[in-house]
Formats: sequence, structure tokens, C-alpha cells
Amino acid sequence: MNKKTLAAKCVKAIFIGLVLLLLYAPILLLAVYSFIDTDVIGTSGSFSLTHYTKLFTDSRVLTMIGNTFGLAFASAALSTLLGTLGAIGMYYCKRRVKTAMSVASRIPIINAEIVTALALAILFVVIGLPKSYFTMLIGHMVISTPFVVLSVMPKLKQMDNSLYEAALDLGASPAKALLKVVLPQIVPGIISGFMLAITLSLDDYIVTVYTRPSGFETISTYVFNATTRGNAHTAETLSSFWALTTIIFLVILIVVIAANLSGRKREVKP
Amino acid sequence: MRLHFSRKLLGIPYAVFLAFFVIIPMLVILFYAFTDKEMHFSFGNFIQFFSDPTKLSTIVYSLVIAVITTAVCLAIAYPVAYILARSKMKKKFVILLLFVTPMWINFVLRVNAIRELLNWVGLLGEANYFNTIFGMVYDFLPFMILPLYTTMLKIDESLYEASADLGANSVTTFVRVTLPLSAPGIVSGITMVFLPSMTNYVVSDMLGNSKVTIIGKFIYEYFGSNWHMGSMVALILLIVVFLSTWLTGGFREDEPARGSSL
Repeated sequence: MNKKTLAAKCVKAIFIGLVLLLLYAPILLLAVYSFIDTDVIGTSGSFSLTHYTKLFTDSRVLTMIGNTFGLAFASAALSTLLGTLGAIGMYYCKRRVKTAMSVASRIPIINAEIVTALALAILFVVIGLPKSYFTMLIGHMVISTPFVVLSVMPKLKQMDNSLYEAALDLGASPAKALLKVVLPQIVPGIISGFMLAITLSLDDYIVTVYTRPSGFETISTYVFNATTRGNAHTAETLSSFWALTTIIFLVILIVVIAANLSGRKREVKP
Repeated sequence: MRLHFSRKLLGIPYAVFLAFFVIIPMLVILFYAFTDKEMHFSFGNFIQFFSDPTKLSTIVYSLVIAVITTAVCLAIAYPVAYILARSKMKKKFVILLLFVTPMWINFVLRVNAIRELLNWVGLLGEANYFNTIFGMVYDFLPFMILPLYTTMLKIDESLYEASADLGANSVTTFVRVTLPLSAPGIVSGITMVFLPSMTNYVVSDMLGNSKVTIIGKFIYEYFGSNWHMGSMVALILLIVVFLSTWLTGGFREDEPARGSSL
């Protein structure tokens, strides 16, 4: 029996390992070749950091990285503000209003991104709003604010309502009670909503393409154009993306490990 | 006089935002889908689209791609989720995290990495449909693993023991206990993978050598030429999404939404 369970355990471990290998193979391949002095994967070369120096000296690449992160932070900050206020408002509204708002709020989540993007693009033309940074910001807020609401809402539901009443009884104004009593209790939801909004914005391609001002490039649009319309871009540009992918992967890895370590510490504390 | 402060009022900006940028755009799509170029009411867009054999064959191809992608994702994700959910390992969350981590790399960069891998093994430009499906499975797999894992984690361990005590072998236990109880996870996983594999043309463009057209690509093509036709395709997708969400109870408030699990 022990032999049998051991064999079953091995099969399970091998299966999980294989799937993970498949998942990480493309990234690891790029990570290895990002340190090799060649523009074609599979050809030999020597160890070098040329892809990295290329990445950080190409002004177009630097602009697009700045654009991507600037847009992500701006849209995430605005989405978090709008979504947090929205969630609080919805929570205290009459049931019918609350249901209507949460169904509307769910539309961008379940919808195909291309449908959201097309609808917004046509709307902007119909109301005569030329594509600008503002329209793109709106686009990103449409896809990320509902997720902020979704992460704040459960925290509101877990909250002890009598604390707010107690604050009022003790003479706090409603605004002050909200700020000093309600807000601290929903902060974890606000933070995870903000992080989610940043990830969604960083990842986006489709909504950006339909709402961006002309000439504005993010990592997504730049890499997409470079790979599908190869003529204007050389193998050199493409190989600098290997370095970019590797850097992003390493940053994520460090964040995940750090989050795990700090999580363990928090568990230990009483 | 102080203005009376009410907590409800905080929701007004979001309500206005939703009305302007979520509800009205959907109504605009609806309007364009049912009008012709002179803005007269018409079913012409639907008739023109569905009587075009090349469009219909593309739809069939796109559906087949989506079905295969979803099936392969399910076939890989189900055992992964099952093994992880039933494992008694303390650190199983870390392994789950390993499956999700690649998702945090920018989507297009991730597809580009697959593109380089396929180019390296010599498949790029040679097997466009295979490459598209491979890329979609790779990209959407976590969307299948997460809901399956969450539902399977909720299955009470004592049910497996009870089933074994009552004389069921492992196959019977799987068919009578695991499968029915994990059905909600299967349904939500399928909806999360099927829709993007019909509409996310980033993967098919980058890996299919621009030879593979999926339904989402129609909208892109019509956007430059004919908004009425584009809106019509968007409306169909919208209806499909609404029906599937409604049927699976996705509009209920406590339902965990797409991607919100991590």
C-alpha cells in the first residue's frame, strides 16, 4: 500500500512539475538569452549585457515604459478614489439602487474587452470628444474601478456597524465618523483594489488602442506593433524585449517572495 | 446652515461614471447595431453578416478554437486543482502562486515570449492554428485553475472518507462526489476561458502569423470601416456574455468575479 501511495505521489508531483515547466519555459528561455550576445534565439553567443544597455539607452523604449507606469498609477489612483467612494455610497443605499449599481458595475468585468473598447471609442466620437490622455484614462478607469468596488465591498460587509453609531453618539460628525471609524476598517480592501487596478492597467492592450491619443505608446502597444509589423523594427528592438521581460519577471518574483515572507512574520505575531 | 451630510451621496460620482461610460456606451452599441448608414432602423447588418459565407466559416473556426482551448485548459487545470486542493502540504499556496505568477508579466510580453519559443522550435508561421491555441491555453490556464481550486478546497474532506467507508472505490467517489461538487468551478472556469478565446485577438495576431481570424478581430476590422457592423458583432457578444452570466448566476452579489480571486 505504501508503495502504491508513493507511486501516486510521484505521478502527481511529476504532473504538477511538467505543467509548471511548460508555463515557465518561454520566460526562462528569454531570461537565458537576455544575457547572451545574439539577436536570434538558438544561435550561440557569449555572455553580455548588450540587450540591457540597449533597453536603457533607447529613448523610445524608455518613453513607453514611463507612459505605461504613469498611466497605470494615474488610473489606479483615480479608480481607487472613485471605487472606494462608490462602494461606501452603494453600501448605504436603498436595496434597489444598490442592485442597479452593482449590476452596472459588473458589466465591464464580464464583458469582452473588445466590446468595452469599441463602445467607448464610438461614444467618444459621438459626443465629439477627440482621443486624448483623458479618454484613455477614462478607458482604463472603466475596466479597473469595478474591481476596486469588488475588493472594498466585502470589507464594508464585515464591518461592525455599531462602531459608527457609537462614534455619532460620542459627538463625532458623520463625516468625521466615516473618516475615523469606517475608513480604517476598509483600508485592506482599498489597498488590494489599488493593486488590482494597477495590474489591470499595466496588462491592458485593447482598451488602450481604442482610446489612446495618436503617438502614445505603452509596453503593450509597442511590443504588439513591433512583433506583428516587423518591417519597421529590427531584430535588435525585439531582442531588447527579452531583457524587459526578464526584469519584470524578476521584480514580480521578488515581490511575491517578499509578500510571502512578510505574511509569515505577520502570522507569527499574536 | 450646514449641508446635511449623507453617506449615500458618496456613491453619486460612481453612479454618474457608470451611467456615462458603461450604460450609455452599451446603448450606443445597441443603436448602431440596429441602424444603417443613413441612421434608419434596420436589420440589414445582421442579414448582411450572416449571409456572408466567409464570415460564417470564420465564426465556426473561431468557435472551434475556443472550444479546443477551453477543453485543453480544463484537461490540464482540473488535475492540477484537484491535486493541490487535496494535498496536505503546508506550502501548497506557494505552488498555487507559482501557477499565477506568470500572469503578472505584461500580457503582450508574455505572448511575445511564447512567440520566441515557437520561433525557436520552428513552429512560428508553420502551424498557425496550433500556435494560436497553444498561446491561448498558456495565457488563460490560470483563469481555469483558480475557480476550480477554490471550489475544490471547499469540499469537505469527510465526504471522501464517508464515500470510501460506504464501499465506493476511487472512481465512484470521483464521479459521485468530486465531479458534482466541483461543477460550479468548472462552469465559471469555462466562462472565463471561452470568452477571451473567442475575442482576444492579440494572441491570434501575434502567434497565428495574422492568418488566424477570430470573432473579436471582426470588431477591429469593422472599427475602421463600418461601425454599424462592428456594433452588431459587439452586440451579439454582449448578449452571449449576458445570457451565460445570468444562467450561471454571475449577477448575484456574493459571486466571486473574474480575476478577483488573487
